[in-house]
Amino acid sequence: MGYVAVQGGITAIESSEKLNRYLRLRGTSAPLGVAQIMEQMGPLVDRVMGEGGLYSAFHAALAIKQACGDPIEASFLLRAYRSTLRRLVDTLPVRTGEMRILRRISSAFKTIPGGQVLGSTSDYEQRILDFSLADETEEAQREAVNSFESQLEGAGQALQPAAFRAVIDMLRDQGLVPPVPPESTQEPTDITQESPTFPMHRSGRLQMLARAETGGVLALAYSSMRGYGMVHPTVAELRVGRVRVQIPHPWRKGAAVTLGSAVLTEVQIVASMEKAAEDVKPTFSLGYGSCFGHNEVKAISAAVLDRAMRSASLGAPAEDQEFVLMHTDGVESSGFCSHFKLPHYVTFQADLDRLRAMRGANE
Amino acid sequence: MTLEELLPGSGGFRYNFAFLDEGAKREVRRALLKAVALPGHQVPFASPELPIARGWGTGGLQITMSLIGPNDVLKIIDQGCDGSVNAVNLRKLLVATTGVRTTFDSREATILQSRHRLPEIPLKPHQVAVLQVPLPEPLRLVEPSEIATRRMHAEGDYARMWVSLYEDVIQNGAISLTAGYPCRVNNTYIMSPSPLPRWDLPLLNGAEHLTLLGAGREKRVYAVPPCTSVQPLEFEDLPFTVESFAGMSCARCGSSGTFLDEIYDEKTGLSSRVCSDSGFCVLVREGAIQPRRPTHG
Repeated sequence: MGYVAVQGGITAIESSEKLNRYLRLRGTSAPLGVAQIMEQMGPLVDRVMGEGGLYSAFHAALAIKQACGDPIEASFLLRAYRSTLRRLVDTLPVRTGEMRILRRISSAFKTIPGGQVLGSTSDYEQRILDFSLADETEEAQREAVNSFESQLEGAGQALQPAAFRAVIDMLRDQGLVPPVPPESTQEPTDITQESPTFPMHRSGRLQMLARAETGGVLALAYSSMRGYGMVHPTVAELRVGRVRVQIPHPWRKGAAVTLGSAVLTEVQIVASMEKAAEDVKPTFSLGYGSCFGHNEVKAISAAVLDRAMRSASLGAPAEDQEFVLMHTDGVESSGFCSHFKLPHYVTFQADLDRLRAMRGANE
Repeated sequence: MTLEELLPGSGGFRYNFAFLDEGAKREVRRALLKAVALPGHQVPFASPELPIARGWGTGGLQITMSLIGPNDVLKIIDQGCDGSVNAVNLRKLLVATTGVRTTFDSREATILQSRHRLPEIPLKPHQVAVLQVPLPEPLRLVEPSEIATRRMHAEGDYARMWVSLYEDVIQNGAISLTAGYPCRVNNTYIMSPSPLPRWDLPLLNGAEHLTLLGAGREKRVYAVPPCTSVQPLEFEDLPFTVESFAGMSCARCGSSGTFLDEIYDEKTGLSSRVCSDSGFCVLVREGAIQPRRPTHG
């Protein structure tokens, strides 16, 4: 009964915390630096910023260190921290058309206005375990950096158009995708301030996808790609880049103040054809996904689910917005899953009582 | 950040009294006022993340945080027990961020936060019970979709619930629902009571105290105001019954009219029974109150 003894609980929790710290530090290596995580674990930091809903690489890296690398636990730490921060002002919508491109590809057309930019990707790397990384020296690190940077003279300018058109805008000119709906006068949903109600406004759906757990959205999007709903996407455009974050100028009407910038991944997919009404010509349907940082699997999955959730019929799990959105938040699903470890002595006693009574009645 | 650093008077970053900022507390209280006005009706609220995991009492915690003042006396129990690790953990957070006095004696508490039990001693009008709820929707049993269940509540359409109870009786010989047994509140909405064991439902019916229920992950609060009827669903020819502990008594305090947990000796493997309400059991053993004799069940 040590687990529930009146004072035992406190001692047990404190001892467990000490054990955690000991297990993290007992090895012979130096303590992990937060800067190392920020600089050398970019995709993990980006994932935690996205799922934690806070754009701060430092806080995400700190959370990763504290969670010993567990992304869901790190996201939870970040979210709990985030809910203590003051909300100062709403930013203006970011203009992704003016994104400073780090990577931009289209699988719809070989060449696109503004050009394709492969940028940083492991897509075409041979997945061969690189044993030379096992004892990478600081000297090798400097050498690699210097050698790469020496090739950069003059590069870069050609990559960056001032502003470029999205691939789907070209299709839109030809009437092949639906027109942009008139700008909504409705304030966007804020999922951090309101509890979800269904059917949910698309702004809320896209926010929930942006904060959802990568593995969760991937699993449900994959179900749709494989056959439960069949959204077979063509990636019209995938962009990774830096956007300006701006707020309205406090007194100059119509002017904006730039606070800083953020890296986003944005994906637009073109999917199956549809007819909005009997008397209009068919078009492709569209899906949109975006998230903090560089996380392509998540943005593509979100775009597929955005499309799936707008299906006319509820034929597959991924087409049901309540099913998708209520089950892909990592903080909520992992918390509830873990809670089954809590004592259930009373509720289980109630179950036992019922089962024994019913077995007695049947005999 | 350690909890000690959160304590009022210490240096460094400080959280607000009771952790939540005042705006967030007001939002919870607004939802609670609506919940009290519509007994048993689930009211949505924002439910921001807390430093406690979802599913571990964040709904109850937000209610307590939004109500608590410096003069409150707090009791926190988990499945009846003051010393359970989760109760200890929630108490630690609330004490660190409020500095309030805590108690194990339910009679002293002004706010009692609990996971899945009410104290054996009925609460008084000046006391508030805050219950942590994992799954607030009683109709989830028959309908997975939130859109559909909200409509069913709005229309008072509980036909499928009754049919499922009837089918349960036909297939199993009795209603097999256990803790969290669905109840009709104020003859209007069907409510999922926490999951309290069936044993506690008579304590909720017409109770003198206010009961507030919070589901953090599902982002819902609801309430049973004082002197409100809470009727477990039953058929005329198959009345609702509570758990039976006939012929059993607590191995520690000797009470035989309390909810008894079954425990197994670590060495001998033999089973015995002890009060689930650890605070009650201690009061009996200290001689502060008399052991309970069967009143119901």
